[in-house]
Amino acid sequence: MQKYSIFSLIKNAISNHKNWDLAWKDPSPKKEYDVVIIGGGGHGLATAYYLAKEHNITNVAIIEKGWIGGGNVGRNTTIIRSNYMHDDNALFSEFGMDLWRRMSQDLNYNVMFSPRGIINLAHSDAQMNVYARRGNSMRLNGIDAVLLNRDQVREIIPMADFSENVRFPIFGGLMQPSAGTARHDAVAWGYARQADSMGVDIIQNCEVTGFDVVGGKIKGVRTSRGDIKVKKIGLCVAGSTNILAEKLNMKLPIETHLLQACVSEPVKPVLDRVVTFGAGHFYISQSDKGEMVMGGDLDGYNSYAQRGNLPTLQHVLTEGIAMMPFLSKLKMLRTWGGIMDMSMDGSPIIDKTHIEGLYLNCGWCYGGFKATPASGWTFAHTIAQDRVHELNAGYNLNRFNTGYLLDEKGLGTKTWIS
Amino acid sequence: MLYIKCPHCGWRSQNEFSYGGDATVKRPKLGKEVTDQEWDDFVYNRKSLRGKHWELWQHLSGCRQWIKVERDTATHEIFKTLKASEEIS
Repeated sequence: MQKYSIFSLIKNAISNHKNWDLAWKDPSPKKEYDVVIIGGGGHGLATAYYLAKEHNITNVAIIEKGWIGGGNVGRNTTIIRSNYMHDDNALFSEFGMDLWRRMSQDLNYNVMFSPRGIINLAHSDAQMNVYARRGNSMRLNGIDAVLLNRDQVREIIPMADFSENVRFPIFGGLMQPSAGTARHDAVAWGYARQADSMGVDIIQNCEVTGFDVVGGKIKGVRTSRGDIKVKKIGLCVAGSTNILAEKLNMKLPIETHLLQACVSEPVKPVLDRVVTFGAGHFYISQSDKGEMVMGGDLDGYNSYAQRGNLPTLQHVLTEGIAMMPFLSKLKMLRTWGGIMDMSMDGSPIIDKTHIEGLYLNCGWCYGGFKATPASGWTFAHTIAQDRVHELNAGYNLNRFNTGYLLDEKGLGTKTWIS
Repeated sequence: MLYIKCPHCGWRSQNEFSYGGDATVKRPKLGKEVTDQEWDDFVYNRKSLRGKHWELWQHLSGCRQWIKVERDTATHEIFKTLKASEEIS
């Protein structure tokens, strides 16, 4: 594989960029693999990469129905953070933060990781108390957290609404300075390029039509491009999890819902942090191109549509304007939607299943993008060693049976309530 | 924007409704011995179908009645609405 560097850039500039190698190949599926990963999104690509890199398992195929990086890894708001209170979430996410910091060097691909910090705004004394508690929990787990008062927040984001007579005055906020953003597509492409170079087959336009399960064991997978013999399958298909689970006669604590995001027209640099509104559900950052990148609530009913509905967008942007009134002056450039695998306690599942050789990675709700490296790393470990790593032990499927739920938000089983 | 025909009030926009999830999930009968699996299926496990899906909605800013709606989860087409007391045929 050609290494990307200033020298390769100069060399290829001289030949008018006509001689770059393909970043990854386009193979046809072989008859047999050691591991098949279903889903060529961020998590699937990362899993294949860590299987090859950490566990030396390279006879691996990634099967993708569409094209790689075309789902949620290409549709999110690129936020990376580990500001969780519960240990399982905090330690898992902070492990991921470490991988994010090294990712560009590790993958030899600029993922433009920008640790610009995230501020969760608080709008009441009670909320300040809750944030203080969360901040303390984070610090106990070695994660940086700073509780900001109103004046400190004002210094960092003076464009927010600090006038006196507003419905949700800003009392302060909780900041994680090491959080940030990254170039989402580059994450998928970087993992794909490295996985491919280590021998992983990336097979696009290949739909899974069924599974061969004999005596409770995975024997193979049937696809639109032929049957493949395999003993281990990793399922990484986010919003399509239930569709494939049905083919396996599995019922999962997952509902598929639509989440929208949008960007404004590009403007000059005004916001150099990620900010979330604490009195509703709205988050914003500014991209390198100058667009304001915004997102918020689910559309609120089961959906596989991958496109949004106006009432939710209107509601989300109303919150945005309440927080930063200048947004009302901006024109909207694009809106889009992706389908989320909403789990019943708001936390993901990375686990083995009752079928031998079938491994499950799903339930990422709003937070799939930031988890990409840690999810790939732990899922690869779970598949390769046939046992969960301590980092994803809390993300077991069994918790819905035992009652040890990981309800970070304490919302219960109504996934559409945010 | 979805338009939902409330069986009590007629056609209204989705803004008047709130969502209540899968309408085919049934609570295990009271007084009956329930296995963990049955309880999990009631509380947590969902089919989350792609295509036709029977679901509960509440006409919150209208008559406040719960209703059943058959909607396509991929196209958002609404086929049929029923009162909460009416059985899905």
